[in-house]
Amino acid sequence: MPFGPDDWNAVLLTLKLAGTTTLLLLLFGTPIAWWLARTRSWLKGPVGAAVALPLVLPPTVLGFYLLVTLGPNGPIGQLTQSLGLGLLPFTFPGLVLASVLYSMPFVVQPLQQAFESLGERPLEAAATLRASPWDTFFSVALPLARPGFVTATILGFAHTVGEFGVVLMIGGNIPEKTRVVSVQIYDHVEALEYTQAHWLAGGMLVFSFLVLLALYGSKARSRHGY
Amino acid sequence: MTLPRRSAAILATALLGAFAATAARADEVQVAVAANFTAPMQKIAAQFEKDTGHKAVLSFGATGKFYSQIRNGAPFEVFLAADDETPARLEKENGILPGSRFTYAIGKLVLWSAKPAIVDNQGEVLKKGGFDHLSLANPKLAPYGAAAVETMKALGAYDTLAPKFVQAENIAQAYNFVATGNALLGFVAYAQVLDEHGQLKGGSVWLVPGKLYSPIRQDAAILEKGTINGKAKPAAEALVKYLKGDKARAVIKTYGYDL
Repeated sequence: MPFGPDDWNAVLLTLKLAGTTTLLLLLFGTPIAWWLARTRSWLKGPVGAAVALPLVLPPTVLGFYLLVTLGPNGPIGQLTQSLGLGLLPFTFPGLVLASVLYSMPFVVQPLQQAFESLGERPLEAAATLRASPWDTFFSVALPLARPGFVTATILGFAHTVGEFGVVLMIGGNIPEKTRVVSVQIYDHVEALEYTQAHWLAGGMLVFSFLVLLALYGSKARSRHGY
Repeated sequence: MTLPRRSAAILATALLGAFAATAARADEVQVAVAANFTAPMQKIAAQFEKDTGHKAVLSFGATGKFYSQIRNGAPFEVFLAADDETPARLEKENGILPGSRFTYAIGKLVLWSAKPAIVDNQGEVLKKGGFDHLSLANPKLAPYGAAAVETMKALGAYDTLAPKFVQAENIAQAYNFVATGNALLGFVAYAQVLDEHGQLKGGSVWLVPGKLYSPIRQDAAILEKGTINGKAKPAAEALVKYLKGDKARAVIKTYGYDL
């Protein structure tokens, strides 16, 4: 089988990156989405726009700014160095940071929509039953927004798996640290190793299709009230 | 409604004029240029256009990547590779005009840091360490990357250095990683660290002795797309002739290449 150890490492690394990123995004994206869904502040527009930026920006813009700001002469690079963390480019944590930014709208937006569609009534009902705001959030809002969480998790994970441009610009192509599947495919193609490229690329194609099938399939089912 | 009609007429005349100018002007030639040769080729292309009227449209990238693109029908007419093997392979595969292959430059490898006093003139820093990342072009795709690997193996330092590698997609990105300081040092082409007067742009550098790696003979060739009825197209032929001429050779030498 033309699936070398390098290829397996790339697959494992990609899953690790997507898993970590999705987890972090659910953790930090949920409060952002909740705030965006409920706030009447004038900041809602600017924050919403900032979250959506990766949807329209080419990955080269994000990659370029990350390379410069995370580098030894950039503000974040100087911060991480003074904290003793070293520099983030060419490291796994650096890729996680990049992926969190890059996949942010794919997690925050479905959550925001889910929270918005709850409306005021269930929350008010909970309040009249003397539920605390935290209790309301965890016992009422979260369960009701479950479909939103499913969508956010799937999209965040899949979009991170599909990341390429940003990784190419700040990853440095290091085995087991930053060489993800998309980069490995690129290397195979460039080196005319089409057989290996086919295995990985075909795998990605099937994976992505199944993910979207699961997503749209579950949506269709819930619309029909199963 | 005379005004819009008149401006439409003016616009049409202007457009016609532009088309006529393009048609009357000499031809364009699409050139794939190895990334290490970016700066000298930009200069040569500007002079070429001034002197001959032909326009060279340049694309820069890794030699291996250009090879696969050319094999898959890329519209390049002239190829300036970073090695001699790739054009030779293309010749065997009938991808070039037979007999059009020639060496336009012999490349030099350097170890470079954007900071002064990091790289010593013996390359001892490679053995001393004190850096997290060593940047180089992907040795599978870029001849300068392969030369860097060869050098480290010749020094017996490959195994200790390999964990510090950051691999760039081509030599320009390898330079970029060092220039932004994200890698303290890296193997790049001599031409990349020199300005147009042949002076070191900055930082510290070690010119790797030629005995540590096989000579980087950079060959050019006229590709199949640069031919018509088995002959070179005029602009492609003119460019190749120009590259062999004194003016171009002077630029090539200024950037530290041998000839």
